[in-house]
Amino acid sequence: MLNRFTRLGLLALTTVIFAATASAAGDAPAPAPAFSLPARGGATVDLSQFKGQVVMINFWASWCVPCRKEMPLLENIYKKYKPLGFTLIGVNVEPDQKDAESFLKQTPVSFPVLFDAKSKVSGLYNVQGMPTTVFIDRKGNVRLVHQSYVDGDENLYMDQIRTLIRE
Amino acid sequence: MQLKGWHAHPGRLLAPAILLAISALYCAPSRTDVLPEDEVDALGTHYSGGGQDINGISLLVRKKVGDHVSLTYNHLEDIVSGASIDVRTSGASPYREKRNQDGLSGEFLYGKTTYSIGATHSYEPDYRSNTANFGISQSMFGDLTTVSMTYRRTWNDVYKMLCVVHNDDLNYPCVEKIHDPAFGEKDMDERSYGVGLTQILTRNSIISANLEVITDQGWLSNPYREIMYANPGGGSGFGLAPEVDPSTRTSNAIGVDYKYYLFWKAALDVQYRFFTDTWGIRAHTAQLGYTQPWHNWTFDGTVRFYTQTHADFYSDLFASATQQNFESRNRELSAFNSYTIGAGAAYEFKMPYATWINKSTANFRFDHLIFDYHDFRDALLIDSAAGVPVGTEPLYSVQINVMQLFLSVYY
Amino acid sequence: MSLTRRLLGLAAAALLLSQLCACASIQPWVKPYERERLADPIMSFNPHPIDSAYMQHVFETRGASRGGDGATGGGCGCN
Repeated sequence: MLNRFTRLGLLALTTVIFAATASAAGDAPAPAPAFSLPARGGATVDLSQFKGQVVMINFWASWCVPCRKEMPLLENIYKKYKPLGFTLIGVNVEPDQKDAESFLKQTPVSFPVLFDAKSKVSGLYNVQGMPTTVFIDRKGNVRLVHQSYVDGDENLYMDQIRTLIRE
Repeated sequence: MQLKGWHAHPGRLLAPAILLAISALYCAPSRTDVLPEDEVDALGTHYSGGGQDINGISLLVRKKVGDHVSLTYNHLEDIVSGASIDVRTSGASPYREKRNQDGLSGEFLYGKTTYSIGATHSYEPDYRSNTANFGISQSMFGDLTTVSMTYRRTWNDVYKMLCVVHNDDLNYPCVEKIHDPAFGEKDMDERSYGVGLTQILTRNSIISANLEVITDQGWLSNPYREIMYANPGGGSGFGLAPEVDPSTRTSNAIGVDYKYYLFWKAALDVQYRFFTDTWGIRAHTAQLGYTQPWHNWTFDGTVRFYTQTHADFYSDLFASATQQNFESRNRELSAFNSYTIGAGAAYEFKMPYATWINKSTANFRFDHLIFDYHDFRDALLIDSAAGVPVGTEPLYSVQINVMQLFLSVYY
Repeated sequence: MSLTRRLLGLAAAALLLSQLCACASIQPWVKPYERERLADPIMSFNPHPIDSAYMQHVFETRGASRGGDGATGGGCGCN
């Protein structure tokens, strides 16, 4: 029994090493999928109204601990770079807005927060983890997708924003 | 019934498990996991039944250090007082004894993997136990699957207490105890190897399976437990002698836990565990749990059914003191059923004047346990004169109440 | 082959399969943004480790079974 498992284990190990070392070819920037969603306060927001600006979309949920942690930092980033042609859009992915609203009461933000209750936009942007942050340049192309949040990621965000603003 | 094959060589389980864990580490695509929240817990416990009262306190402190490390410290104390049926059967007096335990553990989150390491020291006058454990856990496959591996090593020193100063007027007559020099110090070592898999099945359900192989060697008997053998010549009809357990034991347990989210915001929990060991014991555990939140409260209830067969060398009454090489009358190794019903309530509140505290909960839990032994008799009811000779006394059964009260503060 | 060996074989096969699949880009069937119910504390396997460790210790000292349930207990307990 040991021999059979060792053989299978070695086979698995070799396969995964091959798969891991096979590198994916770099892709040319793709246009960000268009969408329009209801925002807090009732108005409908369309991505196209931000063409010409650098856009950062943050997919979040109130049940996601790192999402809650980065929210105040996103507010700071928004206030800092807004005058330079930048906008931050929060997309809440929960089917029920109740928990999101109660979180935002405790941690208020001034950037637009949209509700993707039917997960239409999350699916469109192929969200792989929570949170997911997407950076879109002035031409409307997706330049970077960043998953999760750990302490220090806000610096990464600001570097990316500065690069895109200067273009 | 002796189980053969890899049960006797648990190392064979370790090699494939390590291979799988290593390949997991090479192939990790998904997001980072999250370290547990900072918290402080204080727990008070009260166990009573079967002639014993055990009061305990436990304190747990958990704190993140930097971004990747979470440390936990736990201190607990138990005070056992009274005399169980085993103590009373052997003629020993009620006693009072304290156990202390301290533990320190750390979790290290590096990218996609969580490493955990810990050490525990437990001390009571006749038992000293040191444990070291190590674990790796990896999430993968879109974070739907978590694979884990654990290893635990325990070193135990066993003593036997000898009462040197008696005072029969007291509730606990033994005033002074020492380590019995005739018994000396005996060693017992334990190694545990575990593999676990947690899998998200649907939006509403998750399942976890754990396999654990534990091997013991050294002095495995209980220094105070005695066997009973027929002694027709003697006044009572029976004699007592110390139990003798084998010096090795290997056990295997496989447990499954399934949780389902009910649409009105409640959770159902179904657990099953199968246990078997080289002492011939087979056991099944089945548990059903229900959790219902309501405003600031969370209520939960559990029912648990447990059944085990007896060890090969177990008997309530032996024909003679030397009937077998290994003999035990330890009721924990007998055949019995156990039924448990429990309920708990937790209340979440905001601690006034403390803005650095995120959340606090006060929790109460009550469990009622029933043990029905199939082949362990209540030796205190032996009375040849009254027509209850040894071997015919009623089977033993006991009911235990356990209460827990604890406060959790998340900061 | 005994039941435990068969189960171990199944567990190992499942683990291996997940290894081979993890590097291929198979989409998880529960999306990360669909995890709100699973993230609810009532769906946690062990919401109060300090409490479950105690009950586990009680059951372990009053029976012969040990292992297969995650958290560890300690010490000898009661006589």
